[in-house]
Amino acid sequence: MKTALKLAYRNLVGAGLRTWLNVIVLSFSFVVIIWLKGILVGWDYQAKSDMTNWEIGGGQYWHEQYDPYDPFTLAESHAPIPQQFSDEIARGDMVPLLMVQGTIYPQGRMQSVAIKGIDPAQDIFLLPTHKLDTVVDAVPAIIGAAMARSLQLAEGDYLTMRWRDAGGTFDATDVVITAIFSSNVPSVEAAQLYIPLETLREMTMMEDEATILTFRDAGAERAAVQGWVHKPKEVLTASVDRIIKTKTAGQSVFYTILLLLAMLAIFDTQVLSIFRRQKEIGTYIALGYTRREVVGLFTVEGAMHSILAALAGALYGIPFLAWQARVGWTIPMDAGDFGMAMAQTLYPIYSAGLVITTVLIVVLITTVVSYWPSRKIAKMNPTEALRGRIQ
Amino acid sequence: MDNNAIIQIRELTKSFPMGKSAFTALSDINLSLGKGEFTGLIGPSGSGKTTLLNIVGSLDTPTSGEAWVLNQSVGRLTAREAAQLRKESLGFIFQSYNLLVVHTVFENVEFPLLLLKIGAAERRKMVMDALEWVGLTDKVRSKPPQLSGGECQRVAIARAMVKRPSLVLADEPTANLDAANSHHILQTMVKLNEELKTTFLFATHDEKVIGYLRRKIYLLDGKVAQDEWVKVDQTEK
Repeated sequence: MKTALKLAYRNLVGAGLRTWLNVIVLSFSFVVIIWLKGILVGWDYQAKSDMTNWEIGGGQYWHEQYDPYDPFTLAESHAPIPQQFSDEIARGDMVPLLMVQGTIYPQGRMQSVAIKGIDPAQDIFLLPTHKLDTVVDAVPAIIGAAMARSLQLAEGDYLTMRWRDAGGTFDATDVVITAIFSSNVPSVEAAQLYIPLETLREMTMMEDEATILTFRDAGAERAAVQGWVHKPKEVLTASVDRIIKTKTAGQSVFYTILLLLAMLAIFDTQVLSIFRRQKEIGTYIALGYTRREVVGLFTVEGAMHSILAALAGALYGIPFLAWQARVGWTIPMDAGDFGMAMAQTLYPIYSAGLVITTVLIVVLITTVVSYWPSRKIAKMNPTEALRGRIQ
Repeated sequence: MDNNAIIQIRELTKSFPMGKSAFTALSDINLSLGKGEFTGLIGPSGSGKTTLLNIVGSLDTPTSGEAWVLNQSVGRLTAREAAQLRKESLGFIFQSYNLLVVHTVFENVEFPLLLLKIGAAERRKMVMDALEWVGLTDKVRSKPPQLSGGECQRVAIARAMVKRPSLVLADEPTANLDAANSHHILQTMVKLNEELKTTFLFATHDEKVIGYLRRKIYLLDGKVAQDEWVKVDQTEK
């Protein structure tokens, strides 16, 4: 094997431009595959991290009537907070959230919103809820940048808010925007209005009630609670997993095409080699190689393209991938319109597993593609091959 | 069987299928070659000399009969055993040199030693010795396309001789060379034959080569037509 590796290396380096063209194409595949996969892993990590920080914490309890995809359930989705969570809430390790359906009237227009009551002192979410702890002449409210943009609202703007209390009676008051925050999680920003929890409870006559209870510690054992549904973190991020999976499948097609192009070049080189290097094949056999060993040599030669490609790819790929990890890739359109947790700039994350798996897959495929045409050598007549006669 | 013989051939026949019939290239060949011989298979094209050389070189097998090379019956060897025989004991010199064009002169000569898994330091010494025999120590880094035909054939001789084989098989070694280069090559081979006692078997119809042979085996239509020994003083004229 050592001899085959040495000879294969000499043959490849000796073949010059043809080898380097194949190596460059293949190295490009390496770098692009690792970069694309890195972007997906980075997106996955970023999306889950953003969701944790802005929306789901370490997991949640949902009121049993609550259905995020059906706003009509909001009227019934509230209940007193179970006594067993009192200590956790007092420690700040659990945040109650009360939600009601409402309407706001910015600049004479009408917009349905989910009014969310949240404790201004909470620190589980990155929401700037401390801005709700402000003495103003209207109810303080914070909104997301996406909604502020679409409704043309700015900090300090007043608008009328209407809601129905627990008894079904409509009421209205003025709110003032005390902060506009920017997250990468559209569901936190789109048609959401955050006001102080106690204010909303008074407004709706839902004393000590909540719709969602978000806890900080994802690892703690959670018991079932009557009237509430436990939603572990992995359940809440499952939608992101599904999107990433779909994207991964889509991108697999892209880099399969990329790989196919590189493999075509290798295959072509191998087929040509077997015809053009017949005398050489005969010489190897005359000097003491078996035909099987020559097949092995040609296969190693082909496979070595991928090793050289990995090295060449490392030369320009490592600086490029490191630079991308630092500056990220900015999506050339507004990611906020995509409707899913996605930052405008994605930062690729590369793991050793990703790099090793990619290299192994490419080396394996290259070896198979190299072996396929080389099998013809096993059927060659060495005396004909020595004379370079086409067989 | 004569155990002192390098090559022993008994009632050897070789046929090639040609459509529904068969072409007999060699018929009922009986020969024996001893150690240190400088012998040629002489005959016109199609007389079977290259076919016989290929069988002796274990690159081909007889249709019937036996060819014993270094006490091994080539027709009965497995592919691995035949490769082992070629690797350890046989050297080949071809009409068109058959050098590895992308390798340097050094690497070409080194190749048989790599297959024998000889250590790097010893390998280097053996290669340089072989290149010294053929007078090419100043070309170690050149590649075959940078060499003349004569130089290429000298590299091929060095490659065949570097492992000190028992038997060297040379198929029309001077066919692509001019007279001066042919004589130079042949004198080199005669010197190696005398100094190292290596057996040389040629397939040729070149008068220049025939002039150096000590034993001439004439083949005609696949049969031995004549087998004659030459007095030493005739080859030294």
